[in-house]
Amino acid sequence: MLAAIFDWNLAVEAFPQLLVAFLKVTLLVTVVASLLSIILGLVWAIGLRQLPAWLGWPLRLFLDFVRMTPIPVQLLFVFYGVVVFRPRVDALIIGVIVFGVHYSTYMAESYRAGIESIRSGQWEAATALSLPATRTWRAVILPQAIRNTLPSLGNWTIAMFKDTPYLIFIHVAEMVTRAREFGGMKFSYIESFTIAGLIFLAASYPTAVLMRKLEKKLEY
Amino acid sequence: MTEFFSDFSTVLPRLISEGLSATVYSFLGGAVLMLIVAVLLGVAMHQGPKWLATLARIVVEIFRGTSLIVQLFWIFYVFPQLFAVDLGSLWSAIVALGLNYGAYGAEVVRGSLNAVPKGQWETTTALSMPWLTKMRRIIWPQAWALMLPGFNNLAVMLVKGTAAVGLVLLNDITFEANQARITNGVWAAFGAALLIYLVIALIVSTLFRWMERRAQHRLGLWVKAASTTKATAEAVA
Repeated sequence: MLAAIFDWNLAVEAFPQLLVAFLKVTLLVTVVASLLSIILGLVWAIGLRQLPAWLGWPLRLFLDFVRMTPIPVQLLFVFYGVVVFRPRVDALIIGVIVFGVHYSTYMAESYRAGIESIRSGQWEAATALSLPATRTWRAVILPQAIRNTLPSLGNWTIAMFKDTPYLIFIHVAEMVTRAREFGGMKFSYIESFTIAGLIFLAASYPTAVLMRKLEKKLEY
Repeated sequence: MTEFFSDFSTVLPRLISEGLSATVYSFLGGAVLMLIVAVLLGVAMHQGPKWLATLARIVVEIFRGTSLIVQLFWIFYVFPQLFAVDLGSLWSAIVALGLNYGAYGAEVVRGSLNAVPKGQWETTTALSMPWLTKMRRIIWPQAWALMLPGFNNLAVMLVKGTAAVGLVLLNDITFEANQARITNGVWAAFGAALLIYLVIALIVSTLFRWMERRAQHRLGLWVKAASTTKATAEAVA
């Protein structure tokens, strides 16, 4: 029954198109946005520790707000907010920024946990040696903290990767959007959506297994 | 500024009266199914015989590894073609959300069962308790308290996940906000939508924290401020 419904010819036709969309959009957004969120997350985490209270709590509020509201609304909000000023803005750039900022709020929590796992003796030693703040962070705290944070950052990147189809809300032609178009054109959705799912699985499962291995390896 | 507030005060009731029900129904249905799927798959992975544990593991990896939106579209577009059953928009949304987050939840359940101290398991064996009694009276109450922080995070993610149900033609908050944008402006429309989602997420999160306190209280434990994000990061990947 399945063989009669699943048309292999259509599948063969769909696969290269979806793979191109995957490489050109899905992977590109994931890579650039995850770099952005890895950097921003660290900035937030250090900011929450170093900033004076009157700047710290608005930051905390902003991070909680972004973390607890859905990506599609954030995408639409930023996209149409920017379109007013720049009608020809590239939706892909908006997507990268929104994904980057959204996941940076999660990563900030991961960094925070990593920083908090550093024993107070390390901070005290840095103070005793009167190391300047930048040197304390760069040479003492971060190398240890990031080691604890690394698997968690990887896991959030995988989560972001699987959220990229939300780009459909701002009309970026990523893989799943293409799969829907292809299915609509051929009056058969099973081939294109199954392939799209398999491409996701093929990319995310090995990475997830790798992260679990890394986690075990980094444990003291 | 006054214009923004007047727009905002027309948009907010409109979103609540027209979009809230689809969002809330998707969330409630998704949450119930998530819990059922998570418990079934999680217990199967931890307690089942080898073949069942492997089967549950495969199901979990498939639903965690393919994206929620792919699953949503698969259920909405392919089910009618494959099985000649059309679930309709709302049920497609509920089934996709429940299965996807349920697969993440299965990891939470499995991890929590794993975290119940070994002595507890050994004692039940020593007392030769039947499996059901052992799970119901000894293991589950302890595991339940451990899994609630994980479920709390997943429930908040589920609230955010419901924003995708507009893709299967449900008129939810996100869809209505996108409509309201045209008449009332970007800031008012999406500001109101974000506010509604935030309030729902906060209510859900508070409810789960209350359940967690209650579960710990019943075990005679004091409440500890647990950092849960790391556990979620492990669960979502």
